[in-house]
Amino acid sequence: MVSRRLFTKTATGAAAGMILTACGPKRLYEAPKDQLKARIAEMERKYKAQHGREIQVSDAGPTPGVHFAYALDISRCIGCRRCVYACVAENNQSREPQIHWIRVFAMEKEKGVDFSHADPYYNPAEVPEEGHFYIPVGCQQCENPPCTKVCPTGATWAEKDGIVVIDYDWCIGCRYCMAACPYGARHFNWTQPSVPENEINPNTHYLGNRPRPKGVVEKCTFCIQRTRNGRYPACVEVCPVGARKFGNVLDADSEIRYIIEHKRVLVLKEELNTVPRFFYFYAT
Amino acid sequence: MPSHLLALLFLLLSEWGLPAADGNKVPSASAASERVEVPPPPFSDGIFPCSNCHAGMPADRTRRELTAMHTDIVLKHDETHRWCLDCHDAENRDFLHLASGERVPFEESYRVCGQCHGEKYRDWRAGVHGRRTGNWNGAKSYLLCAHCHNPHQPRFRALAPKPAPQAPKRDMHPTKERP
Amino acid sequence: MQPDDAVNSFRLFSGFTRGSVKLILRGNRAYWMWLAFLGALIVSGALAYSAQVRFGLGLTAMRDQVSWGFYIGNFTFLVGVAAAAVVLVIPAYIYNWKPIREIVIYGELLAISAITMCLMFVLVDIGRPDRFWHLIPPFGFLNFPRSVLAWDVLVLNLYFVVNLVVATHILYRAFHGKHYIKKLVVPLVMLSVPMAVAIHTVTAFLYNGLAARPYWNSSILAPQFLASAFCSGPAILLVVLQLLRRFTRFEIQDAAIRKIAELMAYAMFLNLFLHGAEAFKEFYSNTQHLLFTRYWYFGVGKHHTLVPYAWSAVALNLASFALFISPRARRNVIALNLGCLATYAGVYIEKGMGLIIPGLTPDTLGEIYEYYPTLTELRVAAGIFAMGFLLFTLMLKVAAPISLGEFLGRKETGTFKSPAFAERELPVMSLNE
Repeated sequence: MVSRRLFTKTATGAAAGMILTACGPKRLYEAPKDQLKARIAEMERKYKAQHGREIQVSDAGPTPGVHFAYALDISRCIGCRRCVYACVAENNQSREPQIHWIRVFAMEKEKGVDFSHADPYYNPAEVPEEGHFYIPVGCQQCENPPCTKVCPTGATWAEKDGIVVIDYDWCIGCRYCMAACPYGARHFNWTQPSVPENEINPNTHYLGNRPRPKGVVEKCTFCIQRTRNGRYPACVEVCPVGARKFGNVLDADSEIRYIIEHKRVLVLKEELNTVPRFFYFYAT
Repeated sequence: MPSHLLALLFLLLSEWGLPAADGNKVPSASAASERVEVPPPPFSDGIFPCSNCHAGMPADRTRRELTAMHTDIVLKHDETHRWCLDCHDAENRDFLHLASGERVPFEESYRVCGQCHGEKYRDWRAGVHGRRTGNWNGAKSYLLCAHCHNPHQPRFRALAPKPAPQAPKRDMHPTKERP
Repeated sequence: MQPDDAVNSFRLFSGFTRGSVKLILRGNRAYWMWLAFLGALIVSGALAYSAQVRFGLGLTAMRDQVSWGFYIGNFTFLVGVAAAAVVLVIPAYIYNWKPIREIVIYGELLAISAITMCLMFVLVDIGRPDRFWHLIPPFGFLNFPRSVLAWDVLVLNLYFVVNLVVATHILYRAFHGKHYIKKLVVPLVMLSVPMAVAIHTVTAFLYNGLAARPYWNSSILAPQFLASAFCSGPAILLVVLQLLRRFTRFEIQDAAIRKIAELMAYAMFLNLFLHGAEAFKEFYSNTQHLLFTRYWYFGVGKHHTLVPYAWSAVALNLASFALFISPRARRNVIALNLGCLATYAGVYIEKGMGLIIPGLTPDTLGEIYEYYPTLTELRVAAGIFAMGFLLFTLMLKVAAPISLGEFLGRKETGTFKSPAFAERELPVMSLNE
């Protein structure tokens, strides 16, 4: 038997919960189209006020039949880091403090691929250095991502086209995903990020390179603002030696499939079973 | 600055294999890319057409070091075995030629390179060798071999790298933090 | 429940609340100086934290390479303390040992304080504390059951609520001269024991499940956490009990104290054994994964910031084991308390910094960034510890007189003994119905 008082109390509580849930901010994950449009319009308004210019936020969703993959030719990479800075410019990464989504490691040819003897801070006058080769590392867009399963609030997930994304408005900054990532691919905004106003790229995506706040995690999104529009990521286009290749792994005619089928391909830390969609290969 | 004239190259679909077998709408890399944009061959200013000078000249097929003209070209490309006329057509300098003697325009210079560098040629046709810009599922812009590799001196010079990343530092905001 | 009963309960509970406030507000000089000291630490911590909120977590020494640090280390240690405090109940059952039963409530109060500190450490560690509610369904979304952190949120809060309900209920009923309701308390107390094991196992699984961190990705982690918890939690309790005995009429038999110390010795042995097993595996197998353990005990290259802490922890743990395993030492007041201090310090170092930092150093791509906390982190942590100590002090200030029958809602005459404590019966203190 439920007393009237108990019933009233419970009903009020449930109603309040439902109202708060209905009216309050929610995850962008699988947000219905009309709600997403409204949220994006809000974002664009906010960015206009903050930056004094139009910043477009795309809501492009994944295309059916597309699963992105990436391949990097380590027999070609000369460690020039043009990819790092092209990425910074394209994706509105903070200049101060510095955030780089791509990190290039110089390794010795004698030791092979060995991160315990790798140096990301190499700074010679010219590259490539004698006896060295270079491995750029960023998000591997794993098919079995260890980062998405540990997020306590569900702020990060893998989209249907394989891109692992972050909802910057939902992330609470607990950094569990950073502890879980075996590739050091995730980066945290330890303070307010800053990009010079004249360097802001105004073509953004709601899950990608739109301006991020302090206290949240960010990472490479395969230039989701470009790739969902059919274009190559910025790093692929800028590489002067053509070491970076990108495409739809489900398309038998794609460059990526050619590489997987004809070249010696490897992934990093294969034994961790993360099933990365980022391949490294030797073209020669 | 050379204008971006469209040099249309029709790369054979057969080079890229069959379309997706399941018949589903898999966005194909080859779908809209039969027409690709390639910048014109990287001639030095004023050097082309070569026939401006060479039309009247008799062809001298003697292997020698050039002293009268083209002295700025240093040949470092299998130079012990080959010299200029092994690639440039002796009768018509506006063309290159293959080992069979077939004349090849400069826009198809990759066919000359591909005679020795067959693997790289195949990779280049597949888009795996060399830089591409544009769309992964549509029109792309390729480069000729000669755009990156100087045919006379193909070895790349070293580049100055962009700055190294900053190492993490304890003091992100020195004025706020006492040691 | 009739409306009258509800109103009556409300009146009784507010009486208890008012009585508690009265108890808190009376004390001697030492008490007020202690509170002032804690208050100063809290204010300092609050100021440091507000600077951190304004600027961002960049005021800590954590960076991408070492993304967890002092705050999470303290959190991990305190979960152990919270777990152990209540597990004292186990011997009360196994040994059917009366002397331990009377102190279980203090264990619960310690657990409540420890969990409060745990939750505070998590709050100060996250980048967006304003988004804390994102964890709470239905307003937010809790990624249960995939995320171990979601499990931790649930079990920690459940454990907190269980202990809070039991302790409040018992004291509230004792305040009004009544015994607690068995049907409510007994199941909850029975629940709190596996829950204590659960909170620390789940916290261990937080680290254990990460394949990216070989130092943590070891099956031995959960048992080792429990072993180290079972020494550190009781260490605090032993000191508190001796203080209570000194400053109030609280009676606790020496035998009870010595028994706890003995049990701690066994727990410490297990802790040392598990560490030894881990060290064997790392050094004998000699894979690249040895690098993390090496960094902790010997340093790597020029980097050896943590080495003094590693060996201090080893020395302190060994010392505490030696002290507690010897019955003669357990009987000696100085040796006993030195042992408690050594245990607390040793486990604090080994489980705080000694777990988190070597797990993240070198990072996943081989880089070594040497982390040690900044002044901001130290101030915030001190403030949180002060809050926990303050909470514990205030709860003891209420619990001790009530449980001793010295302070009741109604005036009693003679040598009244609170009926709640009259009969030493399972599970805590009760009167036969």
